[in-house]
This record gives sequence, C-alpha cells and structure tokens, in this order.
Amino acid sequence: MREKELVLDQYNAKVYKNRKEHILQIDESAEDQAIAANSRSIPGIMTNRGCCYAGCKGVVLGPLKDALVLTHGPIGCGFYSWGTRRNKAKTESGENYIQYCFSTDMQEPDIVFGGETKLRKAIEEAMEIFHPETILICSTCPVGLIGDDIHAIASETEKKYGITCVAFSCEGYKGVSQSGGHHIANNGVMRHIIGTGDTPIEKKYKVNLLGEYNIGGDGWETERILKRIGYEVIAVLTGDGSVESLRNSHQADLNLVMCHRSINYIAEMMHTKYGIHWLKVNFIGIDATIQTLRDMAAYFDEPELTARTEEIIADELSVIAEARAYYHSKLQGKTAALYVGGSRSHHYQALLADFGISTVLAGYEFAHRDDYEGRDMLPFIKEDADSKNIESITVEPDPEKFKAFLTKEKYEELRARIPLDSYKGLIHDMKTGSIVVDDLNHFETEEFLRLLKPDIFLSGIKDKYVLQKANVLSRQLHSYDYSGPYSGFNGAINFARDLTMGLYTPVWKFVIPPWKNHSTLQASLAEITGGEEATC
Amino acid sequence: MLNLTPKKITPRTALRVNPCKTCQPVGAIYCALGVHRCMPHSHGSQGCVSYHRTFLTRHFKEPAIASTSSFTEGASVFGGGSNLKTGVKNVFDIYDPDMIAVHTTCLSETIGDDVGSYIMDIDLPDNKLVVHANTPSYVGSHVTGFYNMMCGFINYLSLNTKSPNGKIGIFPGFVNPADIREMKKLASMMKASFIMFPDQSGVMDAPMTGNYEMYPKGGTTKEEIISLGDCAKVLALGIFTSLEPANVLKRKCKVPYEALPLPIGIANTDQFIMELKKITQEEVPPALEEERGRLVDVMLDAHFYCYGKEVAVFGDPDTALGLTSFVLELGMIPKYVITGTPSDGFEKKAAELFDLFQVEGCMAKASADLFELHQLIKNEPVDLLLGTSYGKQIAKAENIPFVRAGFPVLDRYAHSYFPIVGYLGGLRLTELITCALMDQFDRECEDEDMDVVM
Repeated sequence: MREKELVLDQYNAKVYKNRKEHILQIDESAEDQAIAANSRSIPGIMTNRGCCYAGCKGVVLGPLKDALVLTHGPIGCGFYSWGTRRNKAKTESGENYIQYCFSTDMQEPDIVFGGETKLRKAIEEAMEIFHPETILICSTCPVGLIGDDIHAIASETEKKYGITCVAFSCEGYKGVSQSGGHHIANNGVMRHIIGTGDTPIEKKYKVNLLGEYNIGGDGWETERILKRIGYEVIAVLTGDGSVESLRNSHQADLNLVMCHRSINYIAEMMHTKYGIHWLKVNFIGIDATIQTLRDMAAYFDEPELTARTEEIIADELSVIAEARAYYHSKLQGKTAALYVGGSRSHHYQALLADFGISTVLAGYEFAHRDDYEGRDMLPFIKEDADSKNIESITVEPDPEKFKAFLTKEKYEELRARIPLDSYKGLIHDMKTGSIVVDDLNHFETEEFLRLLKPDIFLSGIKDKYVLQKANVLSRQLHSYDYSGPYSGFNGAINFARDLTMGLYTPVWKFVIPPWKNHSTLQASLAEITGGEEATC
Repeated sequence: MLNLTPKKITPRTALRVNPCKTCQPVGAIYCALGVHRCMPHSHGSQGCVSYHRTFLTRHFKEPAIASTSSFTEGASVFGGGSNLKTGVKNVFDIYDPDMIAVHTTCLSETIGDDVGSYIMDIDLPDNKLVVHANTPSYVGSHVTGFYNMMCGFINYLSLNTKSPNGKIGIFPGFVNPADIREMKKLASMMKASFIMFPDQSGVMDAPMTGNYEMYPKGGTTKEEIISLGDCAKVLALGIFTSLEPANVLKRKCKVPYEALPLPIGIANTDQFIMELKKITQEEVPPALEEERGRLVDVMLDAHFYCYGKEVAVFGDPDTALGLTSFVLELGMIPKYVITGTPSDGFEKKAAELFDLFQVEGCMAKASADLFELHQLIKNEPVDLLLGTSYGKQIAKAENIPFVRAGFPVLDRYAHSYFPIVGYLGGLRLTELITCALMDQFDRECEDEDMDVVM
C-alpha cells in the first residue's frame, strides 16, 4: 500500500491520524474495505467541499424552474448559486425562474434587529412583480444564528397568498458538507410537494428520474432514450424539473436513482409511503446504459418492452459504432483520476472503461460510507453530532396512494438480479492497487498526481488549473467545461471527443520552450532546426 | 430570456433580484492573492471559500488558493478560536506560506469571533505572520472586502521607520493583473520608483511551465508592505476602492496620498501620468506620448460608429465610473450608470462627468441591481451594454451589443490578460466597443447594405 503511505507520511501526527481513515488503497482480496466518510474536514486543509446551503439550494432546489427560490441572507450565497450549475431548463411559455437570483440581501441592521420584516417584505414584492405559484425560502448562516423563523413566515405566506411556500433551514454550517443540504431539501420536497397532485397519469411504464440535474442536457438525452423505448418520465428530480411535475410523481411505477447521495432519501421515503421501488441506474457509459435499460426491462418484465429495449439498444449502438471505434483507438490505455461529488466518480469509471481508460484514483467530495461501501453497511454507520443535527423524517404508507408494482415474490426474485432498492457502492467496482479518497484535498491532489501520473484528471473548477499547470489534462465533471451531454450513447461519444481534443491538442507540445532543450553550445554550432526538437 | 421581467417598474426595498455585487470575502481573498507567498484564509464555514475559489477561478482561469476554518455547528456555538488555531498550524505545516491573511465571514462575524485576539494567542513558527481583516458580508460588497483586507495588511505590517525609501506607493484598485502590469509600465516609463500594493500580476496570470507552483513569482512582498510606511506618497487609484487604505496608511504612518480615478480613458490616464510627473519631475517620454497619440487617433477614426450612441454601464463603482468617462470621450451617452455596491458619492461623481461632457438624460445609481437596469432598458433602450458577464442575459433578451469589462467576466477567455487601463487599455476598449456595434450592424443589415469597407 505504497502510494497511500507516501502521501500520509508527510502530514503531522494529528492530521495523519484523521486522514488515514479517509484514504483506501484497494485490495480486492480483502474482505473488509472500509473508509471514513461524512465527517468534518480538518481546519486549514484546503478542501473542495461546499456547505449545506450549496447542497440544498445549489443542487436540489435550484433547478426547479417554476419555483421562485429566495435566498434569505446577505448577498453572497444567492449570488454564487446563480446560473453556475448549468441545470439546463426550458419551458413552453419561456417563463423560467432559474435565470434569476433572488435574495433578501441582508444588511447590518437586519442582522442586529432580525431579518423577518425584510423577508416578509421581499415576499410581498416578489408576489407583486412575479406572481409565483411556489416560493422556496433557503436560509444562510447568519439567519440560523439570529433565529429568524422562516418556517412561520412560509406558512403565513401560504395562507396570505394561497400559494405553496416552503422554508428550508439549510444554514451553511450545518453538517460537514453539501450532503446535509441535500437531506434537508429532500425532506422539504417530500413533506410539502411530492404526492400533492391528483392529475391521474394513465400511461404504462411510468418512471421518475431521481438525482439527475440535467448538467449539459444529460437528463434530456436520457429521457430521449427512455421515451424511444416507451417509458413515460413523469418527473426529473430536479434537472429541468418543476414543482408541478413533482406533485404527481407519486404515481410512478419505478424510481430511477442516478445520484445516489443527493436523493436516496426521497427514493427511500417514496418507497415507504407510496410503495414505489427504486432502481440504482447509470446512464453514464455505453455498457452501463445498456445494463440499466436491461435492468429496467427486467423490472417491468413484458416481452414487448424487452424486445423494444433490445431494438433501441442495437439501433443506438449502430449509430455510434464508427465514432466509438475511432475514439477507442485514440484513448485506449490511458489512465484517469476522478474527484467529484455525488455519484459521478463512480459513474464515469464505466464511461472511461468503454474507451479503454482505467481509473487509478477516485474520490467523493461529500459521500457517506454507503456510497463507497454499499447500502448493506448502512446499519453499521455510527451517527455523530454533525449528522444528528440534520433532521431525518420518517414516513408512513399512504392509505390511499400506496401501490406496489411488484408482488413480494417477484420483488425478492428481482432484487437478487438487479440493483433494486440497493446500491453496491464505488469500492465494489475498483481494482486492486487503485486509490479511493474521501474529501480529497489540495495537498493530496498534488501528491497523488505526482505518484500516480494519470493522463486525465476529471475534477472541478477549483482543481482544473492546478492540474493543467502541472501538465495534466483536466476536464470539469461538474459543468463538463460547457460541453455535454455526456449521458447515454450520444453523450458517451461527446465525452470521448472532448477527452481526445484535450489529450491531442497541439499546445501541449509547446509547454517547454525549444531553448530549454538546447544547450547554448549546441545551438551555436548545430544547424538551426526550427524548434523541431521541442518535445512534450 | 428573462421573460418574467415586467416593463412596469415597481419600487422594491427588500427584494434583491440579479445583483450587481457580491460579498466582502471574495474581495479579501483577491487582495490577499496579490501578496507574495500569502495564503488567504476564510474564517467560517467551508462553503463560503468553496464559492469564492470557484468564482475567482472562473474569472481568471487560474488556480485560486484559500484555506478555511471549516466551522460546523459546534464552532458556530462555542466560537471559532480552536478552529483558527488548528487551521493556522495546519496551513503552515502543509502549505508553507510566509503569511496567512485571515478574513471573516457572515458566520464568524455574527457570532462575534474576536479574530484579532485569537491571532495574538497563536504561537507562530519563526518568520511567519498572520494578519486579519473583518469582512462581514452584510456590509458593502466585494469591493469593501478588497479594501478592508488592504487595510488589514497595512494595520499589521506597514511601518514608518523615519528613513524614507524614496518610493511612491500605488494602490491599483480592484482590477485585473494586466491592468496592474500596465500601471507598472506607465510608472516605470515615468521613472517612478514604486511599490504596487496589492499586485496580482504574475499570480493570477502565471505562465504555463508544466509545473504547478502554489506561490508563483508575483505579488507584493512582506517587506514592501512594511516599507509602504516609508513611502513619500501614495497614489490611490479608484477612490471607492483605494481611498480607505490610503487613509489608514496616512493615519498610521503619516504617508500623504493623492486619490485619483482608475486610469481608464484618456483624461483619467493623463491625470495619472501628470501625478507621476509631479512626483518624479521627469519629462513624459516620447514613447508614451506616441502611445497616447495612437489612442487619440483610433478614437477619432472610430467616432463615427460611437458618437451619440447610448450605453448602459454597470459594475464596480470605480470601474463603472472609469468606463463612463471613457465612453463619454468616445462621444457616447452613458444613459444608465449602475453599481450594486452601496457607495456614497457614486451618483455625484457620475453626475459631474455628465455635466463635464454636457450630456443630458443620463442617470447613475448605487445599490442598484441588474433587474432594475433591465427594466429601465425595457422602458428606454440603449445601443450598447458595457459591464460584467451577468449582463449577457439582458443583452440577449433585448438584442443589445454587449462588451464585457470589469469583475467578474466568467464566460470569456484571455480578457484578464489585456488591460483596460492606460492608453493601451483605451485602445482595447475602443476595439471592443466599435467591433460590437459593427458586428451588430453586419448581422442585422439588409443584404444590399452589407459592405466590406466600413
């Protein structure tokens, strides 16, 4: 376990003790491959993590296009979460709230005397100008500290204007990362929105796509394939999502879970309350997409649907066959490191493997142990003070709306074959010798880069130029560097095209100037070669 | 695009929509990045610094380092003293900067953490320093945070040793590295001996070498910041950004200052040069006079496309005023001049410019937002938008040519490598503005009006 120790040995004793639990070098023969996760980052360490507000407003609620999301706090939090996640969304009318940033822009007197008056007034102004049907209030650090009762104001607003208004106490300091905010958002959406609609949906094969944020249009590409096969996507949570579609999402036959971390709470609660099973899916990667489509066909188990699934798979594959072979020839044998939040560090390994790229390091920003080790270990996770601070709600089966698609026997039979209500985690798919790091930090990034020398490092914007300056191709997996979609069959080709561009762009050859490779003596005697000997 | 924005303007006192400013700490970090081998440190929850690093990286397309005290609920209740202590130790251990510049966040400010006392209680390694500034996000904007951090450095470090160093201090304001490089060029051409503070050139536009350097070559050194106290004079460029730190230095070290507008446009650059001339008693070199002459020449050539065109200018107060001055010189009419930063005197300064160039029907507003600007434009349109990336939706919605300048520009490459200050900056602005107007004409004109010669 050489690389792991080489990095850890450089820390002081206290940091060493903490970080060693968060780094794992895979040994497939070992039975117990545990990792510490979802615990506090060490002060002073340059972590890439965000906060509770970022998880709640930035990730889960932000993409809802028909809701006016109002940040209650000073201006920064609202400003930074404005139009920066690439959650593509369109509406037929063109009326779309996600182009806007709404904030109470609290000033010093609001902090001293309380911000409730300003919040009420902001809602009044929002109602007058925008006439929204839904307002979602998200709080920031100082709001929690001074004790503004945003929940009371939300229910007042509902009564006064006859709209839906939900408050989310997602102050940045709660929990240890974005993760707490996902949970808080999930709770609010479950309590106040899901299941409140009664428009009957009389279609076959109804699914919801959970934990898909439509970055670069991923959700649309996935939906396109699903629709071709004959599935009806009721709601996408929450990319290009709407409160209106969420209200009726309880009528689905199956929930598809993409990002396990950000939304497994809703998947579980909908399972308990409405009887809807969930399937862990992956539409990132060609083989992964095929596997997922076959798992879905197995779930619905109708010959016509199964045949149609295979027909579409064959058709989509034939369209991309040539490009796939070309990019495979360009990318095969390369190695990659992955550091992203959510489930991307797992999903993208499948896509990389499609083109012959192996993963040498994978890390999550804000995962819990079940994201790494699988849900079977859930009962063994010890709660600490930080996770206890995030409310966990329990739901009961809804007497009218509960409807299980599968019989108990069928469920047991299927669960043994497909990831139904289960997830095996990232470690399961990683090879011996590769490294898993929880909450990878700036120092470790630099060190592992030196030791593992990956050809490609897929990460976020904060790392991107660190990696690039170190002569390693970096692509942003949070925003896809403004490319995409990367999901499904066409998306896989987009991804391979972008990696190929990045690896083969001629500029890499010019990083070292020619005079660095020529001694002065040689240059004065040898024939001038026009810098041809410059190598990369 | 922005289809929910109504034409009818209703007064708002509480709801901020599409802000034209952000919070103090991001400015504090940018300031600290302009100090050599300095690690900016955010005292609060880690989400803030994650946003700030993301945002700075997106503007500069460069790594932006900063550490955090990583508060969770415990620290929020019991105070962040131990987080800061651990944080400082770990930063020096792991990242080995010469200096840590701590700034506060809403969180640490609201619980009342006394960062100054915490720092005094920390045992620092030899030759290492920690400075701090209070940067509550519910006061001012990122511009406020920028100058508060400058004040922090001055308060901790600058000394009047009674032995003058024969230099002038230049406070460049909240500008891009290329602007600072241009200011340094102008000062050098005027044979001034100077200390630029802060100086992000060479840091936030470091060259690609194949090796990542956490602390690139650039940045004002610790010794230079100390030595600011022995300067003969300070030129504070951009009064809304640089006046406060100039005052602090004056109070602490008795260094007099001259506050000037950001040298954007001819008149403002002339003023900067004249001020340098006054100090150095040197003649303006012919090369610089030629540079100025070339700018005037190009502006004259281009006046045909700009004269009388109405423009909306928005951004940070000093930048917006500088740009306003420049477009006025081009013969344009700055119909709306907007800043999100609360600034006493901004509107008055803009009005002085309107008067000087005798333009009518123009308005200036501080503490405004882009939603309001859009509504104004919906009622009375303009021919050009000039400001940060956040204007792009308005430009698209109303089909207005758009030139990006100021902070932040998130959606274009290489902008921070070209100055908008100085005569050279004037050339760049002239090019951007006329090209934007001409591109719009070509795109929309009838086929028979499409000329190759313009």
